Amino acid sequence: MRYLISLVGVLLLPVMVHAQTEKSTADSIAEYRAMLADGNPAELFEAKGEELWKTKRGPNSASLEQCDLGKGPGIVKGAFVELPRWFSDTQRVQDLESRLLTCMERIQGFNAGEIAKTKFGKGEQVTLESLVAWISAESKGLRFNLSQGHAQERKTYEMGKRAFFYRAGPYDFSCASCHGQAGKRIRLQDLPVLTTNPGDGVGFAAWPAYRVSSGELWGMQRRLNDCFRQQRFPYPGYASDVTIALGMYMGVNAKGAESVAPALKR
Amino acid sequence: MKFKTLYFLLAGLLAVGPVAADTKTDAEFNQMMQSSFRDEGIATVDRLKQDETNAACSKAMGAHLPAASAQSIEKAALASVRPPSDGKYLGDWRAGEKLAQNGRGMTWNEKSAATSSNGGNCYNCHQLSKAELSFGTIGPSLYRYGANRGVTDPQSPTAKPIVEYAWNKLNNSKATNACSDMPRFGQAGLLSEAQLKDLMALLLDPESVVNR
Repeated sequence: MRYLISLVGVLLLPVMVHAQTEKSTADSIAEYRAMLADGNPAELFEAKGEELWKTKRGPNSASLEQCDLGKGPGIVKGAFVELPRWFSDTQRVQDLESRLLTCMERIQGFNAGEIAKTKFGKGEQVTLESLVAWISAESKGLRFNLSQGHAQERKTYEMGKRAFFYRAGPYDFSCASCHGQAGKRIRLQDLPVLTTNPGDGVGFAAWPAYRVSSGELWGMQRRLNDCFRQQRFPYPGYASDVTIALGMYMGVNAKGAESVAPALKR
Repeated sequence: MKFKTLYFLLAGLLAVGPVAADTKTDAEFNQMMQSSFRDEGIATVDRLKQDETNAACSKAMGAHLPAASAQSIEKAALASVRPPSDGKYLGDWRAGEKLAQNGRGMTWNEKSAATSSNGGNCYNCHQLSKAELSFGTIGPSLYRYGANRGVTDPQSPTAKPIVEYAWNKLNNSKATNACSDMPRFGQAGLLSEAQLKDLMALLLDPESVVNR
């Protein structure tokens, strides 16, 4: 019996030591984030985004102040936490970024297709970074509440769900490989579960975000692009149907989660 | 003969409703996928094609496959695995540790899809050595993999089943778990036989950082 107890002790020791190390690592990361959160550089993008929204730009020299993000022309507050949604004028379900492309084309006269093909961090993609920072910030603290009222919204959700579980490529990965279970990590990076509401300010409710490691502001489109890269998939088009469907799937699943976007990431 | 014809006709009539709806959704989904992606470097759109294993596991959406389907996938996967050409299962654990740390391979950033450009990505999902604290938890801990299984001499007959199990798992993870989250490192051509042997040594060599 004594032998058994000491055996259990020996077996548990590394687990306990290990748990302690893990905790302190997670703690230091949290501290680091808290330190940085005092001045989230995303605020600089927000300020620039608000200015860009109101500035007359593009071939038509028009501002975006009449852009309808779903709650009516010019209404920004609260729009972010209801996207993606169905838009009758385009007869499409759109996320924030594809909707902004529509406004930039229809109101300002830009070529949406060209902007979609532009590399992240270049040209009008830089404008989009700032715009999504400001627009998401206008919904900070609000809770996600996507509509499933329109048949196309429900269909987009189903397509997104299929895409989420679609395994392919040389590694056999799908979105679910990393985000299908709660409490998992890649290296030290915590992975939010995205098949359900992962909690306030986590997962879908934490993008757009400022990435400290790269000094960039990433919207959900860029985040998804990097997911597909790591999934070893081919390259997803900016504002392509699969990205919008995944946004609908994650957004509906995140119903009730509080948005902290634009968040701060390592 | 007549009976058979009638039977097929009936079966066809019964199936046509749901199958038609399914086929339509499948077609729309495939159309969405095809139109959403493009080639970028080595990551070409033909990667979207699924084999039967990935198709079945995608359809299950995280649920367990029916036992018969899982068994048939596992059986086929196991049959795809060949023992090492020279009969030696273990290489150099130090090279294995380097591979395990290396998370690169097969993204559109990589210039080449050759096995020499690929890492093992092991620490992304598994704990291995005690010293490396930055490890993932999608897969089980492999710390003391050989030692916990009583492997003191990997060449010995008693170690044989454990050695072969690990070899099968690394070569084709679906041989033991139809919808395993782990890539099929051998079967998919991600790692060479020599690289796989080095990972085997990392797991099973009593001198390796995993077991010491």
